[in-house]
Amino acid sequence: METTLTSGRIRVRPRTRANIVLHVTLIVLVLLTIYGLATLDTRNINIFTAFGDMLNNFRIVLFEARLKNLSWLELFRELMITVALGLITTVLGAIIAFFVALFAAQNLAPRRVTDAVKAVMAFIRAVPTVLWVLFFAVTAGLGSIAAVVGMTFHSISYLVKAYAETFEELDEGVLEALRASGANWWQTIFQAVVPSSASALLSWTFVRFEINFSVAIAMGATAGAGGIGFDMFMASAFYLDLRELGIFTYAVLIFAILLEWGATRLKETVGVKRQA
Amino acid sequence: MQPNAFLRRRRLQSIFFLAVIAAITYGSMVLTQFDLVQGLGVIPRAFVWAITNFVPDERAWSRLPRILEKLQETVLVAVASSTIASIFGLGLALLGANTTRPHPWFSLPARAIASIFRNIDVSVWALILLFSFGQSGFTGFFALSFVTFGFITRVMIETIDEVGIEPVEALRATGASYAAIISQSVIPACLPQLISWVLYMIETNIRSATLVGILTGTGIGFLFDLYFKSFSYGSASLVVLATVVAVLLIEAVSNYIRRTIL
Repeated sequence: METTLTSGRIRVRPRTRANIVLHVTLIVLVLLTIYGLATLDTRNINIFTAFGDMLNNFRIVLFEARLKNLSWLELFRELMITVALGLITTVLGAIIAFFVALFAAQNLAPRRVTDAVKAVMAFIRAVPTVLWVLFFAVTAGLGSIAAVVGMTFHSISYLVKAYAETFEELDEGVLEALRASGANWWQTIFQAVVPSSASALLSWTFVRFEINFSVAIAMGATAGAGGIGFDMFMASAFYLDLRELGIFTYAVLIFAILLEWGATRLKETVGVKRQA
Repeated sequence: MQPNAFLRRRRLQSIFFLAVIAAITYGSMVLTQFDLVQGLGVIPRAFVWAITNFVPDERAWSRLPRILEKLQETVLVAVASSTIASIFGLGLALLGANTTRPHPWFSLPARAIASIFRNIDVSVWALILLFSFGQSGFTGFFALSFVTFGFITRVMIETIDEVGIEPVEALRATGASYAAIISQSVIPACLPQLISWVLYMIETNIRSATLVGILTGTGIGFLFDLYFKSFSYGSASLVVLATVVAVLLIEAVSNYIRRTIL
């Protein structure tokens, strides 16, 4: 990476502000990384034996995976619970985020409103999802309700940003034409904004579904949301059963790859439609 | 009449699509035993509770030094894992990208490896790594690194291929070696994008590190869990506030860097 720092005898790269910022960022990242590794809480673990141990564990997870406490049907049910959590939070998040995003897009709402909405959303987004779920668990108790509400909160803040940016890319002429023809605000939204941004909104929503599936696994493991994440936590922390953990890992890996494939396909079709 | 029929069909398709989504969502609610009315009721109750109980009290402020120390630990792990994983990610991307691969056979394995690493969630990696690294900082570090490695490999393969074959061919024509082509043409062209993605991963990893910390008993996540489970809600709220300030600050810095270098 240092090759860009020294450009030989002839200075071929100009000293622009962009280049200076780039190099300062690189140096700061490297220094922070060295400091971070030096101060890492190692708890007297020998990194070399642990690393060898890790490779052996990967072998067990990959090649010796088998079910023990669950049947295949139960595994499928647990996976579906996790998928369902991801789906509910995406759908609820998308519905709410759509209406909030109308007030976060600069071409649809006054500046003062969009600034306020964007600030609130930035705050919600900055709180990690797991903290939202545990926060709601105080009044709702650990379980699917706290998990869904907490995950939906974070989904809303993510989707509002994505949706608002999509709305802001709209052709100003289309909006103006509708306004000039006497359409009211809701008519502009449903006759111009929704039809021309529908495919992009769909694509963003699917990306969030992909994220929410992983989040649902994590919430099962850490915040009592149930589903396959909880089984993985039990296999890891309670039964210490790497082989069963292996099967669970295969299950979530295959589903995640399918989702990613779907998201890529969806993005491609959306891209094609935009060009046409 | 043709346009009307077309519009009617589009509308029918949309309604059908929404109905299917609604049905699946309803089924999901039954399966997870999630009650929408109860769920909506939780929100006001949680915030009313928060106004009186979820605010930093005197004890919380006295714990601030400890909170900041753990927060620093978490941020550093996020930065270190993102940076190191990005170096390895760039390396694998160079092997896998169409313009820089040493041999066409490298492409598929490189993409497959990246796919496995990023599609296993960070919490799953942590649960597997707990077996070998226990409750140490290594577990979180490697869990974050693995996901980042898979992600950076994927986006850098795309970036390298977007830059195109022309500069590479131009250098090859001058007789430049493979190493020279990579270091003088490909890496300089991709560096701003790479830095931008590293910053993005640092932002993501701070949030993930909080989660992993709850599983592995390290960093800010552990501290939140500790205060939360001992009902010190004032201190837990200060942990949340400190995390939010850190995330927003880092977002602001990365946005500035991104605007300048891209």
